[in-house]
Amino acid sequence: MSPILNPFSLFFASIFTSNILLANFLGMCSFISISKDMKSSNGLGLAVTFVLVITGMANWAVLHLILIPLGLEYLRYIVFIVVIAAVVQILEMVIDRVSPALYMSLGIFLPLITVNCAILGVVLFIEIRAYTFVQSIIFSLGSGLGWWLAIMALSAIRKKVDKAPVPAGLQGAGITLITIGFMAMAFIGFSGMLQVQ
Amino acid sequence: MTMEALLLAPVSLGFISAILGALISVTDSVVNNYGEVDININNGKKSLKVKGGSPLLGTLAEKDIFIPSACGGRGSCGACKVQVLSDVGPHLPTEIPYLTKEEQAQNVRLSCQIKLKAGIEIQIPEALFNIRKLKTKVKKITSVTHDIREVLLEVPEGTDLPYVPGQYGQFEVPPYDKIKEPTQRAYSFSSNPNDKKHLEFLIRLVPGGIVTSYVHQHLKEGQTINVVAPVGEFHVHDTGAQMICVAGGSGMAPFKSIFANMVDSGEIDKREVWYFFGARTTKDIFYLDWLSELEKKYPTFHFIAALSEPQEGDGWTGETGLITDVLHKYLTTVISEGNKEGYLCGSPGMLDACMAVMRKNNMQEDKIYFDKFA
Repeated sequence: MSPILNPFSLFFASIFTSNILLANFLGMCSFISISKDMKSSNGLGLAVTFVLVITGMANWAVLHLILIPLGLEYLRYIVFIVVIAAVVQILEMVIDRVSPALYMSLGIFLPLITVNCAILGVVLFIEIRAYTFVQSIIFSLGSGLGWWLAIMALSAIRKKVDKAPVPAGLQGAGITLITIGFMAMAFIGFSGMLQVQ
Repeated sequence: MTMEALLLAPVSLGFISAILGALISVTDSVVNNYGEVDININNGKKSLKVKGGSPLLGTLAEKDIFIPSACGGRGSCGACKVQVLSDVGPHLPTEIPYLTKEEQAQNVRLSCQIKLKAGIEIQIPEALFNIRKLKTKVKKITSVTHDIREVLLEVPEGTDLPYVPGQYGQFEVPPYDKIKEPTQRAYSFSSNPNDKKHLEFLIRLVPGGIVTSYVHQHLKEGQTINVVAPVGEFHVHDTGAQMICVAGGSGMAPFKSIFANMVDSGEIDKREVWYFFGARTTKDIFYLDWLSELEKKYPTFHFIAALSEPQEGDGWTGETGLITDVLHKYLTTVISEGNKEGYLCGSPGMLDACMAVMRKNNMQEDKIYFDKFA
């Protein structure tokens, strides 16, 4: 059971001290590749947050209303993934209609949210930590915002790094991974304040 | 385990999937329903009301406006360019390879790649309004070589299809075998444009080709075939300069049409024409009698065929070697003087090599016209 019952603590813990990217290292692939462009990062952050909240709620409902009563918890991985895939599919159609520019700039990463580890990770945390419905919403919203914050921060840092004299061998992914390491250390600095389990 | 427990998992999974599937199709029908949209062509010259949601190319074709397309909308030929005046979003990665910097600046787009989501304003050449889809009847199929067929089509009674020799038509074959959709490919007319009743194509079998395989294996005399025509910019320029024509294989087609038209108009007597035709063996050469006859009759017409792989005992007495070498030989000797224009039709490899030879022999780049097989 979660020791944090205060919804505010849970919300801020999931953004800062237990940042899904920088404390749990989930959702790294698109984090590294999209962060080179700030505008796309912003769009992807929004998309991830949105998908997280929707899938968090949907999967909580599926888990507690269908799987647990029927004793089918062992099917959870396959069901969670199917729900995530469907939500992403719907989101893709809506974004294409509402904002074709965002659709274009997200490109292949929009459908790839389906296999973004952060999404499944959050859903599994919700299950393992036995969050209530409201806690699930708070946790997934916080995790999404945390992911969004982290990718925006990284893309801002990368903008500066682009102008810096980086050794040839470290350019691109190399310096980015080192940067992420420093960011992770900074975020872990918060961990004494709040703990989310 | 009871039967019930066994069924529970698949039934529950099916139930969840069904709900999600229903959600997706509901969203699809709501979100992807664009209703009626307006297409404004050439500043109000023509305006259409169409159903949105499909690519521009196909939507225009349904309204009988045919943007040239050699690949039939797969985004692999880059022919279906139109200038879009309204905002339809940035160029797609699928369009960029086919557009020059200037074209991108003018917002030229590939019409097969743009989905019609809202009203759109486009600019197309006036000539495209003349392009029509004709229901023709296959009158005669003749094998002119082991892999080239001459297909003669009868146009419907009373159609007037004016075209310039060198232009092409898009041949549409119906679905067959594993091909589920009608497929279009572009072929040059080989017919005399003064013969208003017929259209003729030379179609070479390309292994694995959807349309060429159909023409060689399924097409029957008497059958109906759709042709979208006339399309293309390749034509003879009326300058009086010497024409240096080079072709290979079914690249013969536009030249057959051009020469027949020149004979009719009498222009063939007034202009020096050098026609180089490259082939591998005597098996690949065709229309030899007709071309030699032209050469005998008109002192201004010269036909030079070259075999790259002459076989022993085939009785070949003409030129041998690669067509580029033969072309170079003539350009440096017999036809080294005078004003020259190049006309080329054939495979991209052959065309590029011949253009290089022409440039090396001081022919002006902008006087070399070509029709490259896509």
